[in-house]
Amino acid sequence: MSEVPENLRYSTDHDWVRLEDDGSVVIGITDHAQEALGELVYVEVPEAGQSFQRGDACAVVESVKAASDVNAPVSGELAAINPALEENPDLVNQDPYDEGWLIRLNPSSPAELDDLLDADAYNRLLAEAD
Amino acid sequence: MPLHYGSQIDEHHRVRETAGVFDVSHMTIVDVSGAHSRNYLRCLLANDIAKLSDAGMGLYSCMLNDKGGIVDDLIAYRQTENEYRLVVNAATRVADLAWMESVATDFDVALREREELMMLAVQGPEACASVAPLLSGDAGAAALQLASFASIEIGQQFIARTGYTGEDGWEIILPVDQGLRLWDDILAAGISPCGLGARDTLRLEAGLSLYGQDMNEKTSPLVSGLGWTVAWESGERNFVGRPALETERERPDREKLVGLILQDRGIMRHGQRVITEAGDGIITSGGFSPTIQRSIALARVPGRATGACRVEIRNAERRANIVRPPFVRNGRILVEVT
Repeated sequence: MSEVPENLRYSTDHDWVRLEDDGSVVIGITDHAQEALGELVYVEVPEAGQSFQRGDACAVVESVKAASDVNAPVSGELAAINPALEENPDLVNQDPYDEGWLIRLNPSSPAELDDLLDADAYNRLLAEAD
Repeated sequence: MPLHYGSQIDEHHRVRETAGVFDVSHMTIVDVSGAHSRNYLRCLLANDIAKLSDAGMGLYSCMLNDKGGIVDDLIAYRQTENEYRLVVNAATRVADLAWMESVATDFDVALREREELMMLAVQGPEACASVAPLLSGDAGAAALQLASFASIEIGQQFIARTGYTGEDGWEIILPVDQGLRLWDDILAAGISPCGLGARDTLRLEAGLSLYGQDMNEKTSPLVSGLGWTVAWESGERNFVGRPALETERERPDREKLVGLILQDRGIMRHGQRVITEAGDGIITSGGFSPTIQRSIALARVPGRATGACRVEIRNAERRANIVRPPFVRNGRILVEVT
């Protein structure tokens, strides 16, 4: 059973979103997603200054098995990337909701946050997929 | 065999550093017997089993179709004067057996698939020493004396000093009940079970081709990095596919299979385009090398391609270098990593 923290929002693409006090959002992939991908060996994050529309590929996670796009769960401008992933992409496997975060965005349409799933809805999505 | 038993990367490192065990019972074992066994195999295989001067010796070979394409790659062991054991791939089992039977119609031979047997591969620098005491009778002591690619049969255990990892080790063929017991004993001795994922990264680092990826029925050994396995000498030996291979050998623009090591960040994967000064090629196998901590690949490129090249990874061109495989053997990195 994969972990689904209560305090996060989720996309149907198995990304999580955490709203910060300054209005920015931190984005990562869920425990379920890292488990399905397998051991990560490379994470590609965007260059500073890039902006994304909701659904745009904003990162690539590559495991021993395959490469996967991470699609931006909300629109926004890149505020930060997780610098630790260059040396240690497996942080995403070990700690997907904290040290394994991918990027931070300043949302351009904060209302899009309301379209994301809460933990209960994401748990239901996982249950239906099983 | 599962993809992994927990961590593919840990399993990979264990085989390079100590030992691991693979359950490769999916491999297909075919025993060839009959008065014409030797002549049959000299016709069926592109390598020449006449090189197997003594019982127990083994040989890697391709089995070709009439066009010189590879039906499968295999290891052939000489057991007695008229008995040979072939170990072929599982995915190609049906096509292999049909092809072997069709070539056999001109010979007095019998083919017998040994589905009742299991096969375990113990691989790594400590594999043989650790597993020898677990084999029944004197088999362990005798197997420790085996040269590379040699085999020995003691009781119902067939042990060969072969593998698919670039490390020392044995492949052990035996009846299922004994095999399951040996598997348990090997795990109890502290040797890690390893899955298909580690098997693939280990063989890629060792520069060993995978059937269906680096070669298939449309590619010849000459463009698959396996020209060295074709025994041209003794011109009268007319093995299946020889005329087509002789024609291809004369083709000056023939492709070749090379190793690639990625200079930029990213992971090379099967099917990606390789851009060289001599023209485009394609990645046949690619991935992350746990030993080198870089992406490595095998690629089919134009014959004159050399040195620096680029690989198209997800719409971006990344820098790579053409190198000569193997990348890693016996725990050591053999290519230049810049």
